Amino acid sequence: MSTDTPAGEAADAATLQAQIQDLEERLADVEAEDDESMKMTIVATKGSLDMAYPPLILASTAAAYGWDVVVFHTFWGLDVLHEEKADNLKLSAVGNPNMSVPNALAALPGMDALASRMLRKKIDENGTATIQELIDLSLETGVELQACQMTMELLDYEESDLIDGVTTDVGAATALNHMADADIQLLV
Amino acid sequence: MSTEYDITTTLDVKGENCPMPVVKTRQRVDDLTEGEVLEVVATDSGSLSDIDGWAGSTPDVELLDQVEDGDVYTHYVRKTE
Repeated sequence: MSTDTPAGEAADAATLQAQIQDLEERLADVEAEDDESMKMTIVATKGSLDMAYPPLILASTAAAYGWDVVVFHTFWGLDVLHEEKADNLKLSAVGNPNMSVPNALAALPGMDALASRMLRKKIDENGTATIQELIDLSLETGVELQACQMTMELLDYEESDLIDGVTTDVGAATALNHMADADIQLLV
Repeated sequence: MSTEYDITTTLDVKGENCPMPVVKTRQRVDDLTEGEVLEVVATDSGSLSDIDGWAGSTPDVELLDQVEDGDVYTHYVRKTE
């Protein structure tokens, strides 16, 4: 009986009002976060002709979705950004169970070059984009292609060796910062 | 074949494969204004699923129709904003 005084009701109403306001603000924050575009980070570690494709295909497609995309290239993945090497990536004939050549034969000189030529021919005949086309497309559509600084020094690559538009002077912490915020993180 | 919408422009990606149909569609849509319709002509059978999936997750486009005619897949995409 005594708690049903008008003063008590007013206090309850004020508390409720404050709680509603607090919840509304928190909901607005959550909704604002949802509105931010999707983010994807790919760490590209491979520089063979076959393994150069997946990161670039996913990156350029994600850019078409309007996502914020970073591809961090480290170790042999850096060759994909190397102006001269990018056009001449190789397919390994050895240790590739998908190829019909026995390893003993695949290890002979010239077999990697032969396997690479065959794959390039198939790529051309199939209308599949070249690595260079995918790099150009990725850069055009806002994908950030990063070159790991440590690997640059390890492999003695200069900034001028890399394709124009590549981001340099970045390391693991930069990659991690983007990954921490990303919806999708891939190591290729 | 007749359609009930006016086609503003056509993108020909015949002979091109993943990811080109989606990526080039995105680039061409960027040149359109609200309400305009892009016709995309492709031979990549994956483009049916890919353009459908892309349009479904992209806020400023609407997939109006997809027509399969032999080896040719035609998509109609409207820019909505």
